[in-house]
Amino acid sequence: MLDDFLVRAVLAAVGAALAAAPLGVFVVWRRMAYFGDATAHAAVLGVALALALSVPIFAATLATALLMALTVAWLSGRGHSADLVLGVAAHGALALGLVAVSLVEGPRLDLESYLFGDILAVTKRDLAVIWGGGAVVAVLIGWRWARLVTSTVSKDLAWAAGINPKREQLTLMLALALVVAVALKVVGALLIGALLIIPAAAARPWSRTPEGMLAGTAALGVLSALGGLWGAWVFDTPAGPSVVCAAALFFSVSFLAGRRAE
Amino acid sequence: MTLEGALIRSEGLSIRHGGREVLRDVSFAIEAGEIVTVVGPNGSGKSTLLKALIGALPPAAGRVTRRAGLRLGYVPQGLRLDPSMPMTVGRFLNLPKRVAEEGRTRALAEAGAQGLEDRPLTALSGGQFQRVLLARALLDRPELLILDEPTTGLDQPGQAAFYQRLEDVRNSLGCAVLMVSHELHVVMSASDRVLCVNGHICCEGRPEVVAQAEEYRALFGTGTGGALALYRHEHSHRHDETCELDHTHGEDT
Repeated sequence: MLDDFLVRAVLAAVGAALAAAPLGVFVVWRRMAYFGDATAHAAVLGVALALALSVPIFAATLATALLMALTVAWLSGRGHSADLVLGVAAHGALALGLVAVSLVEGPRLDLESYLFGDILAVTKRDLAVIWGGGAVVAVLIGWRWARLVTSTVSKDLAWAAGINPKREQLTLMLALALVVAVALKVVGALLIGALLIIPAAAARPWSRTPEGMLAGTAALGVLSALGGLWGAWVFDTPAGPSVVCAAALFFSVSFLAGRRAE
Repeated sequence: MTLEGALIRSEGLSIRHGGREVLRDVSFAIEAGEIVTVVGPNGSGKSTLLKALIGALPPAAGRVTRRAGLRLGYVPQGLRLDPSMPMTVGRFLNLPKRVAEEGRTRALAEAGAQGLEDRPLTALSGGQFQRVLLARALLDRPELLILDEPTTGLDQPGQAAFYQRLEDVRNSLGCAVLMVSHELHVVMSASDRVLCVNGHICCEGRPEVVAQAEEYRALFGTGTGGALALYRHEHSHRHDETCELDHTHGEDT
């Protein structure tokens, strides 16, 4: 069954959507959309490093994404304007990655597949990385869930309950780097941010609790993955962007219907 | 004061924030059952003091010690939930750990927030929200209740009602209360001690119960049920200029 490239594509897209869901809700609640972009863009630099040093792409993108997340968090904690730091980091990382890729170009690299994903070329090994990484993200966030939600509601309430919100922030950074490394092959560095926030934003109007929103986000993420792949197949469009288009469509419907329900 | 029975104590506590010393050399202790109100002008370090006590800010010098296993309830200042986060009152009370339903119902009733359990936090009025925060702080049956300007944004009858309720809660639980008041002179009448903070502890004393005084009625009208009192700043030490100025200014208004 896994020998069919379409089956692998579906499994990869669904796996990436499920891995993104538990992190996506926090990205939305904590207003980290730009932060997610900066981290994802750093993955392009990771690809260049992987080629230059002959190390696995997954490991290199994980490392650069994590480094980027920690750097940006450190800089914005130093009194610099978060908006500015993130703007510089997101675009700087992307530009640096593109330059670095052009410099190491030994074997002809299909850059586009890392920018927009190349889901139809997913291998069994990629699938193992996507589902394995997704499982680690799910376990990590599931384990810290109550602490993470409390820290997100109020840092002071977290401290008073004996929770260190700085440590919880590190948990999110680690999970974010994992999701970036996992989803790179599926939607590409440029659209990982979209995969994180759009399903979560679409789930918001129908949720009463954080857990409800998580369930809705996972469900809408999976529907977007399936709908996007179907669209890509029928209209012969690129798969990664089609998945994001499907998610954006769900968001629009949800937003309009949510407004009407109010 | 016997330090032995103190619930929480700070010794020579200094806090730096953004390269500036916000608090210096603060030493005090809270005994079981005591009600302590902290007053001081804006930016005087009142909230910083509370944050240091709950462990959110590391001391630059000195230390904070809690009695082992101290049950602490905390009502933060100006908590604002991002509208992107869905949260019902019931779920909020179950953070970070689940609480049995009887416990939630009891705490909500004690805080005067009964029947709100299924409401989204974003749909509450300012007064309801403050009572829900109080209920959350009561879940653990605290021995020490710390409140940071809990009546901000409430009108004066609302403030008086909140203080009244707090006094009832405190009498039934027997807990100590440490509260920051945003008014320089108006404190809970049941306060055992008032600390005036302005970068350091400026002065300390007992509030005057002046429920019948003209001054009091001018501030609060009637019908506040004796929940509030005035505090007159009696200085036992020489002041630096800023501290003196703040007090002079406050007493004129």
